[in-house]
Amino acid sequence: MDGRPLRVVHYLNQMFGGIGGEEAAGIGPRSVEGPVGPGRVLAQALGDSGTVVATLICGDNYVVERADEALAELIALLRAAEPDLLLAGPAFNAGRYGQACGALCAAATRELGIPAVTAMAEENPGVELYHRDVYVVRTGDTARNMAADLGAMLALGRKLVDGAPVGRPSEEGYYPRGRVVAELAAKPAAARAVDMLLAKLRGAPFESEVHLPRFQPTPAPPPVPDLRRARVALVTDGGLVPRGNPDGIESRAATRFGAYPIAGLSDLRSEDYDVSHGGYDTSAVKEDPDRLVPVDAARELEAAGIIGELYEHFLSTCGLSNPLENSRRLGREMAEHLREAGVDAVILTST
Amino acid sequence: MTELERAGLPTAHICTMTPVAEMVGSNRVVAGNGIIHPLGEAGRGPAEERAMRRAILERALEVLTQPAGEAGAR
Repeated sequence: MDGRPLRVVHYLNQMFGGIGGEEAAGIGPRSVEGPVGPGRVLAQALGDSGTVVATLICGDNYVVERADEALAELIALLRAAEPDLLLAGPAFNAGRYGQACGALCAAATRELGIPAVTAMAEENPGVELYHRDVYVVRTGDTARNMAADLGAMLALGRKLVDGAPVGRPSEEGYYPRGRVVAELAAKPAAARAVDMLLAKLRGAPFESEVHLPRFQPTPAPPPVPDLRRARVALVTDGGLVPRGNPDGIESRAATRFGAYPIAGLSDLRSEDYDVSHGGYDTSAVKEDPDRLVPVDAARELEAAGIIGELYEHFLSTCGLSNPLENSRRLGREMAEHLREAGVDAVILTST
Repeated sequence: MTELERAGLPTAHICTMTPVAEMVGSNRVVAGNGIIHPLGEAGRGPAEERAMRRAILERALEVLTQPAGEAGAR
């Protein structure tokens, strides 16, 4: 590097960018001069060696709903700022934010040749989607260690800019990218494998050299043979619950689901329902719950004989920040309920 | 979601972040109309909304009646 100050652009969502919460999640991209919010930590870490020349801010819903269009707009703003490095987030466990950060970093490198680093918690879907294409630093679930996370992003980013060798994932703190690098090991593979097995048998910690993919493919069940005789159930993870949330479905990391009666209902009325979900602006769904659980349209289809029957309950839980194992358990329990009820097919609606 | 399918229940998944749905293994994914109102939109009139809702549901039904391959992790 020629020793001139590093020009860094920081990407933030509407919340970390100080614009607002979920109600502002639909805002379009904008570029602000200098650091914003957590970017001040970056500026401090850079000291004299560089500047956060601009902060790009965009609403999470805007990015995930408009995808390519939003990305093109952000890339144009990024190009105009002429950075040496893009740092996005950290997004922690926020799924839409993680998707936005990953997509932007991938596009920055691919289209503008700008090194980019982002950071997320392990279960952020952005990790699985982007860890092969982008350097994603590992963070915890919350912003508690934000300063350290930003520091790790910057350190890795500097290496990318300088063309310096990047160390192993565990050393630099990023998720493995699937690169296989030949290395000379102290022991032959057979000896290492036996060491691991002995550790496992003893209950001692060990680190696998091969990591199984987190999501195994699920064979699709065969299609519904005849919809006109099918009992179809509506299920949601958008957190729709009866007024007062009688089952106490948690608004994040829900541990249970509810089965709520819709027999005789041709429409869900706002006054009868609440929404227990901390991850999106629930006002539109609260105004008309059919926007999430489409009972009115489903009844039309039932009346027209297009489907045999609408199952007399809708199943609901909250999918926000729900650990995988918990989500899988909930899925299994819902499946059991639905099978016992003779349901033939499911329409699952997510926000 | 994949647990529903694992139990043999064909499931149409209406959502906005379709890459995520496919990544975790949803086989029958249908694009909804946005994060905060997958089957509706506040700005439109009720008749238009109903028509949109019905159209999305009908796409979901269509997908339920078609064979779907295995969705692998990307």
